[in-house]
Amino acid sequence: MAINTDQLLDSARRLRAEIGGDVHDRLTASIYAEAEQIADRAVTQSGQRSRFDFDRTLDRILTSRRWGFPAMFVLLLGVFWLTIAGANIPSQILSTLLLDWGYTWLHQGATLLNAPTWLSGLLIDGVYMATAWVVAVMLPPMAIFFPLFTLLEDFGYLPRVAFNLDRLFHRAGAHGKQALSMVMGYGCNAAGVVATRIIESPRERLIAIITNNFSICNGRWPTLILMGTIFIGATAPPFLASFVAAGSVVAVAILGIVVTLLVSAFLSRTWLKGETSTFSLELPPYRPPRVWQTIYTSIIDRTLIVLWRAVTMAAPAGAVIWLSSNIYIGDMSIAGHMVSLLNPLGLLIGLNGVILFAYIVAIPANEIVVPTILMLTMTLGANLAGAQPGVMLELDDAQVYTVLTQLGGWTMLTAVNLMLFSLLHNPCSTTILTIWNETQNRKWTMVATLLPLGLAFLVTFTTASVARLLGWA
Amino acid sequence: MTVDNTVTPPSAPIAAACATCPMYNGAQLTRLGINMTDWDYVVALAGNPNTGKSTVFNALTGLRQHTGNWPGKTVVRAEGGFLYGDKRYKLVDLPGTYSLLSTSADEEVARDFILFGQPSVTVVIVDATRLERNLNLVLQVLEITDRVVVGLNLMDEAKRHGLQVDERRLARDLGVPVVPMAARQGEGIQALLKAIDEVARGMYATRPRRIHHRDPQLESAVAQLVRQIEFAFPGLPNARWVALRLLDGDESIERAVRDGTLGQLTQTLTPQPAPTIRLELEAVN
Repeated sequence: MAINTDQLLDSARRLRAEIGGDVHDRLTASIYAEAEQIADRAVTQSGQRSRFDFDRTLDRILTSRRWGFPAMFVLLLGVFWLTIAGANIPSQILSTLLLDWGYTWLHQGATLLNAPTWLSGLLIDGVYMATAWVVAVMLPPMAIFFPLFTLLEDFGYLPRVAFNLDRLFHRAGAHGKQALSMVMGYGCNAAGVVATRIIESPRERLIAIITNNFSICNGRWPTLILMGTIFIGATAPPFLASFVAAGSVVAVAILGIVVTLLVSAFLSRTWLKGETSTFSLELPPYRPPRVWQTIYTSIIDRTLIVLWRAVTMAAPAGAVIWLSSNIYIGDMSIAGHMVSLLNPLGLLIGLNGVILFAYIVAIPANEIVVPTILMLTMTLGANLAGAQPGVMLELDDAQVYTVLTQLGGWTMLTAVNLMLFSLLHNPCSTTILTIWNETQNRKWTMVATLLPLGLAFLVTFTTASVARLLGWA
Repeated sequence: MTVDNTVTPPSAPIAAACATCPMYNGAQLTRLGINMTDWDYVVALAGNPNTGKSTVFNALTGLRQHTGNWPGKTVVRAEGGFLYGDKRYKLVDLPGTYSLLSTSADEEVARDFILFGQPSVTVVIVDATRLERNLNLVLQVLEITDRVVVGLNLMDEAKRHGLQVDERRLARDLGVPVVPMAARQGEGIQALLKAIDEVARGMYATRPRRIHHRDPQLESAVAQLVRQIEFAFPGLPNARWVALRLLDGDESIERAVRDGTLGQLTQTLTPQPAPTIRLELEAVN
């Protein structure tokens, strides 16, 4: 029985040398020959081909050099316009239900039960409000956006996006498949990071992992959509408002692609130098999307799962926010201390202390950034304005605008920079953990976390400075 | 092409009358989702990217793994279960790959599972409209394992493109069952289940096509190495494939030889093929 495994490997090596180095090519060649022979016998092509080749005609437009990008822009614009225009009414209904009625009922119930103020405050003003806001802000746009996006995916459009972007990724010294992991990141960056496994070269895979953050994920779309709607869309005449809002969100998404390419190019010319691999991407046929099934699965799989994640994050975050704004050290609450500590830095980059504090609270999940900002602005801002906390509850878009501009002192610059910061800042803790799992390398995990954060500060500082120099803000 | 898209089992009185009919068993699919303890058989689902593996996976398990019309969607393996007849099956959805030869992470996941996971059946889903390129993978899977079922998917699209695929010819050439399907429409799922069941129970004796390398030098090297491998790891089910990998200088297989992972394959081997191999070894000795 005693054959040594080393002996076995030795003779394999010897035989390989005898044959000559091209074993791999010879094996591949005989597999191909065999496959061709079998396929030839099994497949017959009938004479009459359909005269109108739908796929090829469509691809001629969607992947053409001239029309590929405009078509992509129009499709994205359409998706976001439907999302923003469609989410308006359900959003209002939900905020009336959850924030106005639900909140009042709960407080009445608490009074009936003689619950102590700290308890009802913690549970209703903290936990309930944060969760209710997350649901009201996120559910309607997500319930429209995800099915639409999934329909595009089911139809077969995403590989065309990858095809269009392939040339640009090549020029950036990255792998063309990065376009696919990038598109995956539009759902969730953690999933996008895992998807980079399709890239063979470790160098190009690292580039794809580090830049995946610039694909806007589920948790960040709502922030962008809200800012686009209440600040940017509102500057246009009403009949154009939702188009302008959608346009601003698409602009940020495209900026994300530009940043992905720039950072990839930067990395592949500095720390991650090397050859660019070639690959072939197969464009699948267009398939008529299965509308009902897609809507069903995208609502169950994406919308509700993302919403559930947001809710489970929002509930403890709500408690943290309430506690931090109701526990006093000296004459100020903990949140007050934090916010005034962060305020100078925040204002320097065109944001404010509340936003930066919200981003610290929201490290586990970007979904809760907007609710956190709103809650903190109202509690802290109300104190500044001398009003009672928790007066404005029926928050439709117009009232959110009032709260942010009047209590929070927001300007257009704040909104634009929040959109930019949301696009660029560090990945959420789940994604960071996934990056660590995939790379098993402390240094690259740090780079993937801190490089985006540094970029976010740099870009927002620049826009704030430029806006101030030109007298816009 | 067979069209059988009825999944609902007949109602109770009819069921009593049908119990002896072989067609009846075809309707006995119970989707177990992720509840899969104590399975009888493990089924691996392989195939090129974007051929509908996840659609088949969902149809069999009742799970709703996200499907998307683009290659490279599944990079980690998903698992689910179903009950067919009285047997419990665990189904593992592998990442889509064009080959098992190169070394990207997703191809390694697929290959390692087929090799080391030793599934009772490996189902290769192929795209009927791109048969030749898909067969490259089928042939490579057939080198590793005998127990293969080919799901000839997207037959509806092939028809739309004016292609006729002769599945019986294909089955004869490959030596394994070939099931025509249109998984998105639920067509062919029953026939696939039946084929999986037959191969798993050993009722369908497969005679897999092995790639013939018209290259005497290579073949004699393979023969030499196979003898040594079978001596070092008696009972290894795919010595020829291992020999080819070693000749190709495949580092992960070299590692598996060195650290004994490959040796373990001889112990967990399913009982059926073992005796014949032992006989051959005695002849060699």
